Amino acid sequence: MVELTRRLPTMGRRLPVSPLIILLGAACVFLLVGSLESTIFAQQTVSGVAIGVVYGSLALALVLIYRATEVINFAQGEMAMATTYIAYQLILWGLSYWEAFFITLVLAFVFGVVVQLAVVRPVAHKSVIAVVIVTVGLFILIDGIVAWIWTADIKFMPAPFGNHAYNLGGVAISRQDLGTIAITLVSVVVLWALFRFTKLGLGMRAAALRPASASLVGVRVDRMLAVGWGLAAVLGAVAGLMAEPAVLVLQPTFMQPILLYGFAAAVLGGLESPAGAVVGGIAIGVFVNLVGQYVHFVTSDVRQPVAFAVLLVVLLIKPTGLFGRRRVRKV
Amino acid sequence: MSALLELEDVHARYGPVRALHGVSLAVGEGEVVAVLGANGAGKTTTLRAISGTVHRNGALRFAGRALPGEPDAVARLGIAHVPEGRGTFAELSVWENLRLGAYTRRGSLKSDFDRVLAYFPWLADRRNQQAGTLSGGEQQMLALARAFMQHPRLLLLDEPSLGLAPLLVSEVFRIVRELNENEGVSVLVVEQNAHIALQVAQAAFVLEVGRVALAGPTADLQQHESVRKSYLGY
Repeated sequence: MVELTRRLPTMGRRLPVSPLIILLGAACVFLLVGSLESTIFAQQTVSGVAIGVVYGSLALALVLIYRATEVINFAQGEMAMATTYIAYQLILWGLSYWEAFFITLVLAFVFGVVVQLAVVRPVAHKSVIAVVIVTVGLFILIDGIVAWIWTADIKFMPAPFGNHAYNLGGVAISRQDLGTIAITLVSVVVLWALFRFTKLGLGMRAAALRPASASLVGVRVDRMLAVGWGLAAVLGAVAGLMAEPAVLVLQPTFMQPILLYGFAAAVLGGLESPAGAVVGGIAIGVFVNLVGQYVHFVTSDVRQPVAFAVLLVVLLIKPTGLFGRRRVRKV
Repeated sequence: MSALLELEDVHARYGPVRALHGVSLAVGEGEVVAVLGANGAGKTTTLRAISGTVHRNGALRFAGRALPGEPDAVARLGIAHVPEGRGTFAELSVWENLRLGAYTRRGSLKSDFDRVLAYFPWLADRRNQQAGTLSGGEQQMLALARAFMQHPRLLLLDEPSLGLAPLLVSEVFRIVRELNENEGVSVLVVEQNAHIALQVAQAAFVLEVGRVALAGPTADLQQHESVRKSYLGY
């Protein structure tokens, strides 16, 4: 019987990444020196990190689902957009921003689980491409439903952190940026701890890595996949809610560029590495911001192509991404 | 002796390919039973039919009740299946593998782990090692330890001797016997190495092309001429 094995045992911990550590260290030194030299540089770096963690958390949502099902969920950004609209609606009904925020996260979890049960699971056994097509269909469907309920007109949400800025040694850093970084990183760390330390997390990792063996020890693999989609939707919701103040307006298309950057971040990080997704997101956020600031032909119209040109070069040099490892498939 | 596990006229297929043509066998409470047979006779498929990892029909009863068809539900009933390739979670640590063994249970794992160490003392230093970096023999031991953590009533072992040096093979079977005697775990073991399997088992079934060709207590089977010729080589 010919069978594609899902993942082969990797020999040894994958720690020999010293070139990567040197590269990341050099990048940090560069950003630090630059920030000490120039306040504009420092401000662009911080706001790049802020939008970068948003890309990173959406990338992490993509990685979660990719690791479990080897599928890119093209609807991830639109699911995040829809949950942001839910928060908008809750605020409109009179809830405070943070009440709406946490209720939205719960609803996002339910949303992710329902999507997995209702539209992904029925085609999951067919083929990877079938699931991918379903997620593309979901993208269009969610777009349509949101535009139908809330219209495609621009909406405004209150700013979660206000518009204050702190003055740190002459560098003005907005509360918005700091708050985005804090909230996003906290949600990433909570998720990491869930996977690392809880029984549910262990079951989810086992189900993603080796579904057949996992079911033999009593893990309900189907249920774990549904929970995985739920958690990915929660991360996406955090990304959507944190992205909205950065792009200033709420409209059905607002997550689409963010999904592109998030996808780029996931690929840059190696598509299978959660840490890679976050680092990839921050790298892209900072890079695009700095290039936009200092390279004059890069206006806001061409920021995306520039980011993708860099991504292309990285992948030509290192196809497995920054944190990825070459995977051997046995046939 | 009441039968813990009973299979009656069990059929199984991989797509259009039929692998079992009506297998009937039984494992008594506290018994070690061996399944012998040539390659392709349906030994592995028999275990997979029990744990629900292959499409099957027929009567399968465990502790007097019909076995469910989903592997995770079978595991929760107290059946630990160590499959071909040992089912190691190679990317996870030794400790995480053991925690997964106990996945169907609640409560503290610490006392269980201490008991596991009584059988496998070397695991103490390897808790945080990635399971895929263990040797084949160590992975087989880890698979037994993982099954032990499940507190199974019935242990299904698929070719535990595969790829192991002779010394390790007898070590593995020594531990299987100890688990059976000390912990009261019933065992159904599929084995190419009939010599060692018949030493540990009280009864055996010989499969030929998807059917039970011979069955009986090991003492009788060891005297049986065709078993001696085909599986014991004398």
